[in-house]
Amino acid sequence: MKVLKDPWVSLIASLKSLGDMARFLLRLVLGSPRALLRFELVSEQIYNAGALSLVIIMLSGLFVGMVLGLQGFQLLQRFGSEEALGTATAIGLVKELGPVVTALLFAGRAGTALASEIGLMRATDQLSAMEMMAVDPIQHVVVPRFLGGVIAMPLLAAIFSMIGIYGGQLIGVQIMHVDAGSFWSQMRASVGLRDISEGIVKSLIFGVACSLIAVYEGYYAEPTAEGVGRATTRTVVTSAVMTLFLDYLITAMFL
Amino acid sequence: MNQSSNIVEIRALNYSVSGRSIFSNLSMDIPRGQVTAVMGPSGTGKTTLLRLITRQVWPDSGSVQVGGSDIEALSRHDLYALRRRMGMLFQNGALLTDMTVYENVAFPLREHTDLPERLIRQLVLTKLQAVGLRGAIDLMPAELSGGMSRRVALARAIVMDPEILIYDEPFVGLDPISMGVILRLIRRLNDTLGLTSIVVSHDVEEISTVADLVFLLSGGTVVAQGTPQQLKSYPSEIVRQFMGGLADGPVPFHYPAPDYFGELLGRDGET
Repeated sequence: MKVLKDPWVSLIASLKSLGDMARFLLRLVLGSPRALLRFELVSEQIYNAGALSLVIIMLSGLFVGMVLGLQGFQLLQRFGSEEALGTATAIGLVKELGPVVTALLFAGRAGTALASEIGLMRATDQLSAMEMMAVDPIQHVVVPRFLGGVIAMPLLAAIFSMIGIYGGQLIGVQIMHVDAGSFWSQMRASVGLRDISEGIVKSLIFGVACSLIAVYEGYYAEPTAEGVGRATTRTVVTSAVMTLFLDYLITAMFL
Repeated sequence: MNQSSNIVEIRALNYSVSGRSIFSNLSMDIPRGQVTAVMGPSGTGKTTLLRLITRQVWPDSGSVQVGGSDIEALSRHDLYALRRRMGMLFQNGALLTDMTVYENVAFPLREHTDLPERLIRQLVLTKLQAVGLRGAIDLMPAELSGGMSRRVALARAIVMDPEILIYDEPFVGLDPISMGVILRLIRRLNDTLGLTSIVVSHDVEEISTVADLVFLLSGGTVVAQGTPQQLKSYPSEIVRQFMGGLADGPVPFHYPAPDYFGELLGRDGET
C-alpha cells in the first residue's frame, strides 16, 4: 500500500507546489508595473544578475563557439561544404545553445545567488522586519530581483551567441581557413528573423522560469542554514530540468 | 488610535502549530503608556505572541485588538497603516545587510514619506544620537557588534515615532554593559516619547528593573500578572520557580525521556 501511497502523495505535493508557484508568479507579474516605476531597484538587480555574470557567459560562449567551429568543420568537410560552417554555427547558437547554455549558467551563477540571498534574508528576519515596517518584501525584494533576471537573460543570451559566433569564426576562418566571405555571407543568407525570434522567445521564457524558481525557492526556504542550502540546490536542479523541458516545447512549437 | 486605557487586548486566544497547542484560551490586556514585560520559560510561545499581536501569524480562534482595531479584520492596507505606528526590535536586530547604518535607519522614512534628504538626515542623526551610535553612521551591519546592531535596529524602530514599541528578547547574548544600555533605553524611550513598550524576555532580574507590569506565561496561558515586586512574592510554585531560577518545580528541567538508569544499563537503549 505504501508503494502506491508514496508516489500519490508526492504527485499531490508536486502539483501543489506548481500551483503555489503559479500564484507566486501572478503576484510578481501584478507587482511588476509598480516596481518598474522605481527602476533604480530593478537596475541594481540587472547589474547583479546580468553584468556580474558577463565574464562567465562570455568565456563559455567563446569556448562553445570554438567547439562548434571545430566539430562543424570536421563534419561539413566530409560533405565538402565547409562554407556552410557560418550558418551551422549561427543557427546552433542563436536558436539553441545560446539560450539554453545561458539559462543553465544563469541558474548556476545568478539563480543560486538570488535564492540564497532571499533565503538568508528570511532566516535573519530581514523580510519579517520589512513586513513590520509596513514594506511589502515581495514588492521591495522579490519583484526587482525577478525582473532583473527576466531582463538580463535575453541580453546575456545575445552576448553568448555573439561571442560564440566569433569563436566559431576564430576556429573556422582563422585556423581551418574556411573562406571568410562564404562564412559570413552564407550566415547572412540563411539565418532569418524567425531563427532569431525563436532564440529571443526561448531566452525570455527561460528568464521568467529561472528567475521565478530562484526567487520562489529563496522566499519559501526553511529559515535555517540547511534550509537555505537545500533551496539553493533545488534552484539549480529545477531550473536546469525546467529549461531543457521548456526548450523542447518551444522548439516543437516553432517547427 | 482609540484612546482606551489598554492598547492591546487579547481575548480567548487559541493557537497551535502542527497540532501542538501553543496558546489555549489566552487573555491579556496590555496598558497604554507603560513598559509591559512578557516572561516565561523557553518554548512557551513568547515570540509567537508578538507575531500574533502584529499579525505575522493568525490565531486559530479568539480575538486580538490593537489600538481598538480587531487586527484579524484589517485589510492589508489598514494593517500596514497600523504597523507604521508600531516599531519592532527583532532578536538579532534584523538590519538589512546590504545597507549602511544610515540607510537602514532612513529606510522606513524613504519608503513611507517624501521628506527631503536634509530632513531625513537630521531625523536619522537624532535617532542614532539617542542610541549613542551617531559615530557609526557609515558602518555596514557586518561591522557592528551584537549590541550595536540591536541599538541601530532600535533607532530604526523609533524613526517613524511609533506608538507601540515591541522588543523581542532584547538582552539575549549581550554583555552587561550593552544590556544596561538597552535597559536604560527601553525606559527612557518609553517615558520621553510617550510610547507603550512590550518586552518579551526571560531575563528576570534585568526586566524587573524597568517593567511596570509583568505577565508570566506557561503552558499556553497567563499564570501570573502584576508588578515585578508582586510577582516575586506570588503564592504559586511555578512563579516561584521561574522568578527564582530553580531547576526543581512544576516546569521540568528534563525533556521527557525514558528511565535514566535503565537507558544507561542498556535496557531501553537496545532499540
